Amino acid sequence: MNVLKADQMLSLEDMRYAAPEGAEVEIAFRNVSKRFGSLLAVDDLSLEIHKGALVALLGKTGCGKSTMFNMISGLMSPTEGTVEVMGNSPFSDFNSYRGKMAIVFQSDRLLPWRSAVKNVEFGLETLGLSAAERTERALYWLNALGLRGHENDYPHALSGGMRQRVSISRAFATDAPLLLCDEPFSALDEITSRRLRTEFARLVRENKKTAVFITHSIDEAFDIGDRIVVLKRPAEIALDLRMSADIGDADRERIRSTIHDTLDT
Amino acid sequence: MSDVASDRQSLAEPVFDIARWAFWLAAPFVLIAVAWQVASLFFPPFLFPSLIDVFARVWTILTTWSQFTSVLATAMRILGGLAGAFLLGAVLGVAIANFRAADRLLTPTLTFFQGIPALSWVVFAIIWFHGVEFRILFIMVITTLPAFTFQIVGALRGMDKDLLEMVMSFRPTRWKFFTAMVLPAVLPEVITAWKVNLGNASRVVVVAELVGSSGGVGYQLLQQQQLFDMAGALAWTLQLVFFVLLFQWILSKFEQVAVRHRSKSERS
Repeated sequence: MNVLKADQMLSLEDMRYAAPEGAEVEIAFRNVSKRFGSLLAVDDLSLEIHKGALVALLGKTGCGKSTMFNMISGLMSPTEGTVEVMGNSPFSDFNSYRGKMAIVFQSDRLLPWRSAVKNVEFGLETLGLSAAERTERALYWLNALGLRGHENDYPHALSGGMRQRVSISRAFATDAPLLLCDEPFSALDEITSRRLRTEFARLVRENKKTAVFITHSIDEAFDIGDRIVVLKRPAEIALDLRMSADIGDADRERIRSTIHDTLDT
Repeated sequence: MSDVASDRQSLAEPVFDIARWAFWLAAPFVLIAVAWQVASLFFPPFLFPSLIDVFARVWTILTTWSQFTSVLATAMRILGGLAGAFLLGAVLGVAIANFRAADRLLTPTLTFFQGIPALSWVVFAIIWFHGVEFRILFIMVITTLPAFTFQIVGALRGMDKDLLEMVMSFRPTRWKFFTAMVLPAVLPEVITAWKVNLGNASRVVVVAELVGSSGGVGYQLLQQQQLFDMAGALAWTLQLVFFVLLFQWILSKFEQVAVRHRSKSERS
């Protein structure tokens, strides 16, 4: 067990997330609750996510993460309160978000009747790009994610990791400013998962996207997030922490332990 | 030396495979033909005519325009009826899959219709309508409509919810949603529905023509029955069988293209 000196460590208060000065709010939950019959999935949640942030929403299974995700993506409406993305309601103004957000789901959700390149092109077809431009962009992203030579393979001929790469390519190809990811690597083996999330975080930062990454894995949240929001059931914010280079290994270990204890109670 | 032997073996294997496939394809038909031909040696021609006579009649029908038009008329009635039932079934299927009220009204009605025998519809059509072609079209549509509708409803309801959500997340237009998601998802079941209904339709059309028409394979069968001409009856029946087999083959080829993305187990 590591013994840490108190003077080497940042306090939890030092690591608490604070919005950057003048940062533009990209996603806002204002007193949001969501009920499914008698089940309260989200209870009076207020949260702001700023433009350009890479936020990991971390919580145990069934804590309401995916419900939050569905409300951000406009697939679900809140029972009470408001959810705003880029200043509008993603549920009411559903079609106005065409090309503005892209989603990487927990499973790859590739259309089985389309080849890898045609799957990546699907998002671009909704944007009305020409066939040549669609193919060029789709091939660029497939190559960027290491799928050269598999462009014309159907999903059944690809491994789980390769299929998830296609779905990441599909999301990046639309060049949407907002990326939503719902535990996209949870079904993969640890080595593939770690490699993909490193690549994913690099691509998000390089392309200056805002990304919300839902996960139940503390390691994954650490690998990816600039900010980690720890959720307790029913989707109540237990911790809201910044992650940056000035936080040393000892502090990270302590945060890990704190998060673990928080999720365990 | 061993290389040459190996080459010969690798060349021989596909030939044997094709021969084996052809043998098993032909075997049941050869068996029926032999049994019929043997029977023709022991029974009078009005019961079991020689297959030579039967195929001579088949050839005559195929090469005589006035007779072949009867085959075409029946084929067009089958396809027209199926197309009508499919289009109407698609509209009703979409309504049932999307609207609860439509489901509550139409599902029991179509189930009730399904219980009415085809022959009863023939009688109703003769009483209700004057035009021969309209009668037959009505009978064809009404007898195949419930099956088409229910198969389309099943296909629509069976669409993968996860894929639907993924497609919706890109905010497609209605047309893009239909062409990229709905159509490819339901196509395999639609093809199966056509295959199943083709067999049903070929049986119903003969009954409809037998009772209420002055042309077509059914009408010709009635003529052969009145003349006690078994060779003619068999020859006209074979025309219908050929048409069904041909159209089934076309549907199978189309299906092979439509579902080429599906994985195949090596063991299967």
